[in-house]
Order: sequence, then structure tokens, then C-alpha cells
Amino acid sequence: MSLLRSITAATLAKDIRLEWRSRDAINSMLFFSLLVVVIFSFAFDPNAEESREIAGGLIWVAFLFAAVVALNQTWARELRNQVLDAYRVSPAPATALFVAKALGNFLLVSLLEALMAPLFMIFYNLRPLGPAWQLIPVAILGTWALVVNGTFFAAMSLRTRSREIMLPLLLFPISIPAIQSMVEATRVVLSGDGSARFWIVLLLTYDVVFTTACLALFETILQAE
Amino acid sequence: MTDSASIISLSNLIKQFGRFAALRGVTAEFAAGKFHVILGDNGAGKTTLLRALAGLAQPTRGTISILGKEPHDACRQLGYMAHPSLLYDEMSGMENLRYFARLYEISGDARCEQVIRSVRLDPGLARPVGQYSQGMRQRMSLARAILHDPEILLLDEPFSNVDVHSAQEIVGLLKEMRDAGKTIFVVTHQASLLQGVADEFIWMQAGQIVDRTADFHAGFSTVGKQ
Repeated sequence: MSLLRSITAATLAKDIRLEWRSRDAINSMLFFSLLVVVIFSFAFDPNAEESREIAGGLIWVAFLFAAVVALNQTWARELRNQVLDAYRVSPAPATALFVAKALGNFLLVSLLEALMAPLFMIFYNLRPLGPAWQLIPVAILGTWALVVNGTFFAAMSLRTRSREIMLPLLLFPISIPAIQSMVEATRVVLSGDGSARFWIVLLLTYDVVFTTACLALFETILQAE
Repeated sequence: MTDSASIISLSNLIKQFGRFAALRGVTAEFAAGKFHVILGDNGAGKTTLLRALAGLAQPTRGTISILGKEPHDACRQLGYMAHPSLLYDEMSGMENLRYFARLYEISGDARCEQVIRSVRLDPGLARPVGQYSQGMRQRMSLARAILHDPEILLLDEPFSNVDVHSAQEIVGLLKEMRDAGKTIFVVTHQASLLQGVADEFIWMQAGQIVDRTADFHAGFSTVGKQ
């Protein structure tokens, strides 16, 4: 267990260092989601009540598209100079690599959400009428749902010819239950239309199921030729 | 050729990529502590053989035994250097080795500094690997491969795009390692660099080993006659 933790920490630290130096993912994600906020605000001119109804969908679709940018970068880095082979020939467990990559993506997407959420609130004049604290578990569980599957499917599409197209094709359909939960939970909290508890439990269940499946299958994906 | 002290044993090794067979029933044993050079034309199966030994290419059929184990179970005894550097261009040599050392549970900087010095590079060099010359990159790649002090070294084209001086330096390093008891496999098109250093030249053609000789010129003429 300590080996797993140590290699996960080393891989995560290495990925953060590489991202800090190149800023490949974070710059593209920020620019992309900023564009979405601005374009949507021009395209729609909702009043306060309409905003509460549609904002959940707009926010999470923007974050989902932006997350795909980061997810595509995750493994691209390992393909340059075939560095992934150096990991594959080592005794390091595949699980450590997967957890580190998923955590790295989680941190990146969370940072993006922390920066962009206030902008959404301002542009759409949003003020939650329900229990605002429920947005925290929704954001954490929803983000994890996106990145855990995204990291897995990005690894799966690694050796395909058009992997940047392949990732959304694999990720979006399987993320539908999570996206629906995130959108509905956000709508419920913003409009004060009951509690988001059901959607949070659904997200938690989704996360447990898919994290377990991804962890169990990742070694096969990593060693595939 | 068989040897009582064989360290690697291949039995009817076949590797197919779709309908193309890169390895076609390779059966061989390789002695410990020797310097083996694998030669052959492009597409002969040299790199595939090396990747299969490293555990990176699963055989379609046949078996590989390294020190009596499957390749992945013997990974601590294997050092693999590929044609690409297997290094992160954005990090310095020392940062790269620090990371790879963690994968082999090697703690502290002492071993990383030692191997960087052993390939005649400076561990204090802060430049990212992406800004290294090709010769420096190849030597740093070799440092990564020997970081965990493996018994067997698998090196794919270690002299490609390297100037003569750097190539001779790498040959010198490999000779020192062989003299220290390591078993070395080198895939190369520049066999002339290894004459007088290598113990055995292995000739491959169309996915098979067609000759094994101690003398580079003898093997070359044998294959040439076919």
C-alpha cells in the first residue's frame, strides 16, 4: 500500500511539474470555458428565473467540454518519446499510474471550476435559492465522475489514430447518468426546488461503480499493444 | 547454440501484428555475462524481439524465460533502452531519474547522481532533456536503463543519430558493464562499432535467427549467401 501511495505521489508531482512548466492543459481549458460563458451569454438572454433553470446544464456542459481538453493532454505527454514504455517495463503498479493521472485531472478541472464558477454566477446573475452547500458535493462527485472515466477512456483511445475524436465518443455516452445528476442537482439547488440529496447519492454510486471498474481494467489497457 | 549458464531462453516465439508475423518461431538460449549484438535488415524482427524480451510485446505463441521467470516478473533484472529516449523533455536529467528511481523504490539522490556520472554527464545540469544534444540524450537514456542496476540490458539502436565520438563513449560504457558481469543485448545497424567488444553476433532475417557467430565477418557472409 505504501508503494502504491509513494508511486502515485511521485507520478502526480511529476505531472503537476510538467503542467506547471508547459501549461498545455490549463491555458486551453480556461480559454475554452471562457469562450463558452461569453458565447452563451450572448446567445441567450434569460431572466433570473430562466437562468436558474438552464444554468446547471450550461455550466456542466462547458466543464465537460473543457475537461476533454485536459484529458486528451494527460496521455499525450506519456506518448512523446514513448515514456509510457519506461513505466510499463518498471515494477510500478498500473493502479498507481491511473490514480495519479485521475487525481491530476481532478485538480486541474477543479481549479478550472473554482475560477469559472464565479464568472458564471456574474454573467447569469445567479443566486441559489436552495441549500448552496449541496453544490460542493455535487461539484466534487461530478468532477470525479468525469475525470475517472475520462482518464480511463483517454488511455483506451491512446493508440487509436484519431484519439481526440475517440475520447468524446466513448466518454460522453457513458457520462450521461453523471451529467444528468449534476445538472439536476445544480438546478434544484439554484431554484430552491427541493433537495439535491437523491442526485448526490446517485453521483456517489456512479463514482464508486466506475472507479472500481476503471481500477480493475486499467492494467489490461496499459499493457495492451 | 545452447549454453548451460543461459540467462534467457526462447521457445518457438511467434509474434504477429494482424496478419504480419514479425517473429516466426524463434528458439534460442543466451548465455549470461555476454555481449550479444542483434543484426539484420529493417523489418527482420530485431526490435520486436527486444520488446518481447522487455515484456512490452506479448508473444502470440511460444515462451520467454528470463532467469526462469516471465519477462514482466523479471522486470527488476531488466534494463530497457528504446530508440526514443523514454525521458520527459521538459524535465532535467536528474528530475527524470529521480522520478524513475521512485518506480523502482530507490530513495535518495545518490544512486541517480552515480549513474549520471557513470555515463559521463553532470548531475547538476539544470537544462531540460529536450535541450540536450542527441549524444547526451542517448547517454541519459542509458542512465535511466541502468538506474536499478539490472543484470540484463536491452538496448535498441543506442548509437542512432549519435556522432562517432559519443558512439565510442557509449561502446566503452557498455564494455565496462559487460566486464562487470552484465548481459547485454544491442540492436544496431552499426555493428562495426562493436567489433572486438561483442561476444556474439546474432543475425536475423524475416523474423528468424539465421546465424549466430562470434566473428562479425563470418556471420555477414553466411547471411549474404542465402
